[in-house]
Amino acid sequence: MNAVSKNENAALAHPQRTVLELEVNNHAGVMSHVVGLFSRRAYNVEGILCLPVGDGRYSRIWLLVLEDRRLEQMIKQVEKLEDVRSVRRHGADHAVFERLEEFFR
Amino acid sequence: MHSTAPQLSPAEESASAPETLTGAQIVVRLLERQGITTLSGIPGGAILPFYDALSASTKIRHVLARHEQGAGFLAQGMARATGQPAVCLASSGPGATNLLTAIADAKLDSIPLVAITGQVPRSMIGTDAFQEVDTYGLTIPITKHNFLVNSAEELLEVIPRAFTLAASGRPGPVLVDIPKDVQAQAIEVSQWPAPGGRQDLPAPDMAAIEKAAAMINAAERPILYLGGGVVHSGAAAAAVALAEKASLPTTMTLMALGAMPVDHPLSIHMLGMHGPRYTNLLLEECDLLIAVGARFDDRATGKVSAFCPKAQIIHIDIDPSELDKIKNAHVGITGDVAEVLEKLSPLVEPHLRKRWLTHMGDLRSRFPLQRPNLEDPRSHYGLIQAVADCLDDSATIATDVGQHQMWVAQAYPLRRPRQWLTSGGLGTMGFGVPAALGAALAEPERTVVCFTGDGSILMNIQEMAAIRETGANLKIVLMNNDALGLVYQQQELFYGKRYFASKFSGQPDFLKIAEGFGLDTLNLDTVDDPRAALREAFARPGPCLIHAFIDMNEKVYPMVPPGAANTDMIGG
Repeated sequence: MNAVSKNENAALAHPQRTVLELEVNNHAGVMSHVVGLFSRRAYNVEGILCLPVGDGRYSRIWLLVLEDRRLEQMIKQVEKLEDVRSVRRHGADHAVFERLEEFFR
Repeated sequence: MHSTAPQLSPAEESASAPETLTGAQIVVRLLERQGITTLSGIPGGAILPFYDALSASTKIRHVLARHEQGAGFLAQGMARATGQPAVCLASSGPGATNLLTAIADAKLDSIPLVAITGQVPRSMIGTDAFQEVDTYGLTIPITKHNFLVNSAEELLEVIPRAFTLAASGRPGPVLVDIPKDVQAQAIEVSQWPAPGGRQDLPAPDMAAIEKAAAMINAAERPILYLGGGVVHSGAAAAAVALAEKASLPTTMTLMALGAMPVDHPLSIHMLGMHGPRYTNLLLEECDLLIAVGARFDDRATGKVSAFCPKAQIIHIDIDPSELDKIKNAHVGITGDVAEVLEKLSPLVEPHLRKRWLTHMGDLRSRFPLQRPNLEDPRSHYGLIQAVADCLDDSATIATDVGQHQMWVAQAYPLRRPRQWLTSGGLGTMGFGVPAALGAALAEPERTVVCFTGDGSILMNIQEMAAIRETGANLKIVLMNNDALGLVYQQQELFYGKRYFASKFSGQPDFLKIAEGFGLDTLNLDTVDDPRAALREAFARPGPCLIHAFIDMNEKVYPMVPPGAANTDMIGG
């Protein structure tokens, strides 16, 4: 591993939440491909949301993860998946999981 | 970059008279259109419709392996020797699980492989049917991509796509799982898709290439570090030309051996765990490391924080996720390394770099690779040299995994890309014999040698039957030390000589086994003149097992202890 920067140290001590937005093909197995990348690295996915978009050929997956120094590598790996069309990274303040939280009270 | 798909005439690509074909017949036709002429596998219930269709093909030769892992490595051998995607077949359940090791091995070494497996009929998936296993789920983490095919229609898209994915970008294995009823489903086909092939990549970042050139021009102690990607992209000649123009000492990973002839004046041979002492010492001093198609594997870098501690890093790789994965690059360039080198070389100024090259020569003569008893063909290094003396650079050299692999990597005069076939990333014992057979079938004009050990050969020895059946020109050199040599060595060096489960007793007579399979044999230990006997064995076409006992106390030196810095070598 490379030297960890001060910012990354801070992130490790108080992990920040990050929201990832993935556009993916909609077929059985796509979710396994995505979460498999995280699970094999013992990188926990805190939250997952997935629904088809448009005519149903594609889906959008929202992932809630804790930031650590592996996140950049994680995103690159997700981008390499054949069934993943795009990956966007949002800040912790993104509304999607916050609004959902009322269902988990 | 060029498409690797076979060229088809327009007539072949356009619509033809509609035919009613089964899914199995469609796959066979698509494989023929891909230019596949040899594949390997084992039939079983769930893939019998495909085998039935394959039996009617006049273009494809099926090589019957005796274990699906053998079929997988046989296909790998074809792919490694030629650079083209190769195909292996297995039935559902145990057939598919037996393929997994060969698929994982292809993933780690970036080998283009298309694995086709039979699956239970769709109506039975999920019922724990006979020989049902979740092949799709099992292969997610070890393939570049995988498919579970839902209809015969889909095959027209999936099969060419599988070849495109296997060959494009960073090559790798693709699995296509086809339920039995999809193989049997008949549909009308009126138009054939174009075969899959390597796709062009976006042009590399010219600004980054210019910056890299400036860094090379300004460097005083640069080293070129070549990885397997140089071989995969066909960039070996371009890499050697760059090294010569800028006087760059050049090290190669295990996967890249032969990209530059190892006896080239600028070659500093293999780096890392079993590299020569001078190589790792020179890397310690470099001020610029130019990594090309290499991934900073732990066996190459040793303790990463101590690897090239004074160096700036230029990292060129086709896979963007390799950049900054292990070491942060000062300049990272994503692209096909052949294309990047082609654009980089004109910007690099000719340089003599006398001081640095003098220092390289000085270190090399002070800390060379020690190859004791090189003149004695009854010693391990001597045997490797004696084999090399029987051959020229057209020979293909495969290995299994263990001490023999490292000795061959150190001592064989590899001078040609794709001359060297070895399991690098996964380090799979059992790789050698079937992979060497695949290479021999793909390029029958070459002599293929498989160096193996007594541990490794037992892990796919059944493929001697396939060797016998094909009559391939394959010489197996078995270096038998009655031990799992690298385990034995590590137990001696790092586990207080508490040898456990590493020495074999009750060893079989390998010569009799080979005879039993119908192979020619040579017992080097009992002949008066081993060199003459080797020459005669290599002059006889067809397969032969050459057996030699090796002292189990011989070590692979130098050795960097696992987790230590490369400068902390033991021995050598």
